[in-house]
Amino acid sequence: MPAISFQSVAKTFSGARGDVHALTDVSFDIQAGEFFGLLGPNGAGKTTLISILAGLSRATRGRVTVMGHDVVTDYAAARRSLGIVPQELVFDPFFSVREALRIQSGYFGVHHNDAWIDELLAHLGLADKADANMRQLSGGMKRRVLVAQALVHRPPVIVLDEPTAGVDVELRQTLWQFVARLNKEGHTVLLTTHYLEEAEALCGRIAMLKQGRVVALDRTSALLAGRASTMLRFKMDTPLPASLAAQSRVTGRIVQIKAHDAREVEAILATLREAGGQPEDLEIGRADLEDVFLEIMQGEPERAPA
Amino acid sequence: MNGALSGARTLLYKEVLRFWKVSFQTVAAPVLTAVLYLLIFGHVLEDHVKVFDSIGYTSFLIPGLVMMSVLQNAFANSSSSLIQSKITGNLVFLLVAPLSHWAWFVAYVGASMVRGLVVGSGVLLVTLWFAPLHAVEPWWIVIFAFLGAGMLGSLGLIAGLWAEKFDQMAGFQNFIIMPMTFLSGVFYSVHSLPSFWQTVSHLNPFFYMIDGFRYGFTGHADGSLAVGVTIMVAANLALALLARSLFSAGYRLKP
Repeated sequence: MPAISFQSVAKTFSGARGDVHALTDVSFDIQAGEFFGLLGPNGAGKTTLISILAGLSRATRGRVTVMGHDVVTDYAAARRSLGIVPQELVFDPFFSVREALRIQSGYFGVHHNDAWIDELLAHLGLADKADANMRQLSGGMKRRVLVAQALVHRPPVIVLDEPTAGVDVELRQTLWQFVARLNKEGHTVLLTTHYLEEAEALCGRIAMLKQGRVVALDRTSALLAGRASTMLRFKMDTPLPASLAAQSRVTGRIVQIKAHDAREVEAILATLREAGGQPEDLEIGRADLEDVFLEIMQGEPERAPA
Repeated sequence: MNGALSGARTLLYKEVLRFWKVSFQTVAAPVLTAVLYLLIFGHVLEDHVKVFDSIGYTSFLIPGLVMMSVLQNAFANSSSSLIQSKITGNLVFLLVAPLSHWAWFVAYVGASMVRGLVVGSGVLLVTLWFAPLHAVEPWWIVIFAFLGAGMLGSLGLIAGLWAEKFDQMAGFQNFIIMPMTFLSGVFYSVHSLPSFWQTVSHLNPFFYMIDGFRYGFTGHADGSLAVGVTIMVAANLALALLARSLFSAGYRLKP
């Protein structure tokens, strides 16, 4: 039995300017114990998919299960199996950290949960904030409380929706150590993130969404091996010749161009020389997930059937 | 303990704790408001208005003010809690929890009733200094207080689900709840109105709440208690069913 199963999930928002197809026929399973990454550009449908999983939104078509429980017809069991860290930094200003955690625990029917709450607070570096009001916490601290709230009922499946957006390095490290430990202990983790190096480091398997469709679904290692194999990286101050600009990724002075073999590298360098470019710090490296991501995202979008 | 039941209990506790933490604003302030009404209207009108032969205007006014406070605060609790949670986004903590529709309903309306009855008791305690008051029919007092608080708590819940902005909520409160409370006979006996307006008053469910509640203290009713109880039980049931169908449809909660 998969931990999470998306079966032909579609979501259409009807608006004044016509229907928007946020998700079109999304199907994949996440097995128990996996650390799974869900990637895609803004507006690809990641949060919509997670909202349907969490019961925050309803699918137009299709079915979603958590640990075998349908999120609509058997919602109580599905939600008890699921811990969601929402993307927005939300909090209830009336309560202290401990009160918020006790209350969240109580919604799930788990009372007298202080031993686990204390453990969560300690692991997330919140022990000295237990009695602070939520309003007094910094953004990073509020984010930690959101993680603790998601885990307070000990769910077997954990969903983190862009948990490290706008979070400092220290919290990111604390968070990943903690989540990696939970994953080792058997929790299934579904992660959406814009930090592709995080996904590459943590996720065993990855699905990529584009315009509401799954455009890639594979083991992370297979995605890295099967796509752009090598990249030519260099720094340059002068503009790239037009023939190269189209196929390269430019970040400030840093230019990266896909090059499958030595012949392609030579051809690129020759083109640069002809245009009078002076590449510095030249290196050839393996493609990372970001390269794979861009290659997939720049591919022709599959057209949705009208 | 049954998980669903204990979830509802936690939500009820959280909703009561929420208003209790700001009780200066949610309990003390409405008590003060009611006392100001009493001081001003009671003082000005005591010698000029005779509503029933046997009792003074202040003794007539107090039960009305108590019930008005119960109703307004029951409405304010569920409506403001829901709209705040919707706008700040922390409603997500409830939406991801395994709470049934009835758990939501019972907890929000239950906490509203607690606040309404706490404020009403506060108003009653303070205003007892100003005029003699006896519970002639204590059961009618209890029945009408509970039915009225339940009805306004449910209305507040529905308004909280419906409203997407604070000004929509203010509109609901100012253009529906306030006129219906003020035109219900809190400050006057509907018998003193022209017959057309008497008929209109008898169509206002708030009239029966005030009238029945006041009957418990004065032994005088302007309308029929049986009709009043019937209307209020029916209204409570209808609002509960409406709230349930809104939850089932995910109305303005689940896009």
